[in-house]
Amino acid sequence: MKKIQIKYNIDKTYREIMKLEMDKLGLEYSIGGLSDIKIIGKPSDESIKSLSIALEKYGIEIVNDPREVIVQNIKDIIIDIIHNNENIPNMKLSVILAEKLNYSFGFLSKLFSETTFNSIESYIIFQKLERVKMLLASSDYTLTEISLQMNYSSVAHLSNQFKKVTGVSPTAFQRIIIKRKLRMENNSPEHII
Amino acid sequence: MNNEPLHILLADDDEDDRIFFKDAIGELKIHTQVTTFEHGKELMQYLNSKEYRIPHLLFLDLNMPYKNGMECLIEIRAKQNLKDMAVAIYSTSASELDIEEAFVSGANIYIRKPNNFAELRRILSEVISINWQYHSSGMNKDNFILNIY
Repeated sequence: MKKIQIKYNIDKTYREIMKLEMDKLGLEYSIGGLSDIKIIGKPSDESIKSLSIALEKYGIEIVNDPREVIVQNIKDIIIDIIHNNENIPNMKLSVILAEKLNYSFGFLSKLFSETTFNSIESYIIFQKLERVKMLLASSDYTLTEISLQMNYSSVAHLSNQFKKVTGVSPTAFQRIIIKRKLRMENNSPEHII
Repeated sequence: MNNEPLHILLADDDEDDRIFFKDAIGELKIHTQVTTFEHGKELMQYLNSKEYRIPHLLFLDLNMPYKNGMECLIEIRAKQNLKDMAVAIYSTSASELDIEEAFVSGANIYIRKPNNFAELRRILSEVISINWQYHSSGMNKDNFILNIY
């Protein structure tokens, strides 16, 4: 068995997949930022449907409702800022969202809650903690380093938020993930042979 | 987001607990479809058959006849096609050792069975909403660990 570790760029992966599938269907297009795609000319409903089926296996969905499009844009911006930066910027995400999407934060916040039954704030905490978990699972950083990288005011603040949301402490989480990986490796077919 | 109902499975040998659970789920805002099983063997037969869509979430009681919850969990986590199904252990045990063992074996959620209806409703609502976050954002469930009480 050979173990390799990979790193990938979500945005690039998404663009390559879209190019591949749309070329297959002979569509002409331009891929904008934030999951907006313009199809040039008048594509038939049939070809949009084929595209939608082709994209399903990647977990990519075509959204039609304009409210859902805005919600998707909000999520994309949050995910991009939290997962694609080495250090989380100091700027408030509410300001960034309002600026990038050109709506007031109050409007975005209301729309988001109505559509997802969850507030933007709790979505941001959710995504931040997911990044913290990835960093903890990699075992490459100390909790202090992670709290600095993720722009928490202190390790205690990070620990408390982590415990409050997940019900386990960061160290217990790390221990569980490490034990789980070890067990999975021991149970893998290669090991039995 | 779409209007497809959230498909939930529940395996619990206690009939009262199953009714209690179904009533609490029924009161939530989210559109759900619940399938119940009376023991682990029945659950695994269902999961090993081919005619079903992968459920979103499974609530698994630890103490069941024929096949207990832990045995089911280990079998489920060995199945590659069920990788995206979140598993919630639903137990009366509050022992730290049991909880950690369940997570290490691949559980995503650990719930202490509450004894009143309002508590159960609050817990289910939280579990389903967090599971939905993972599902709708296409997040990797490997790091999905939630200990709720």
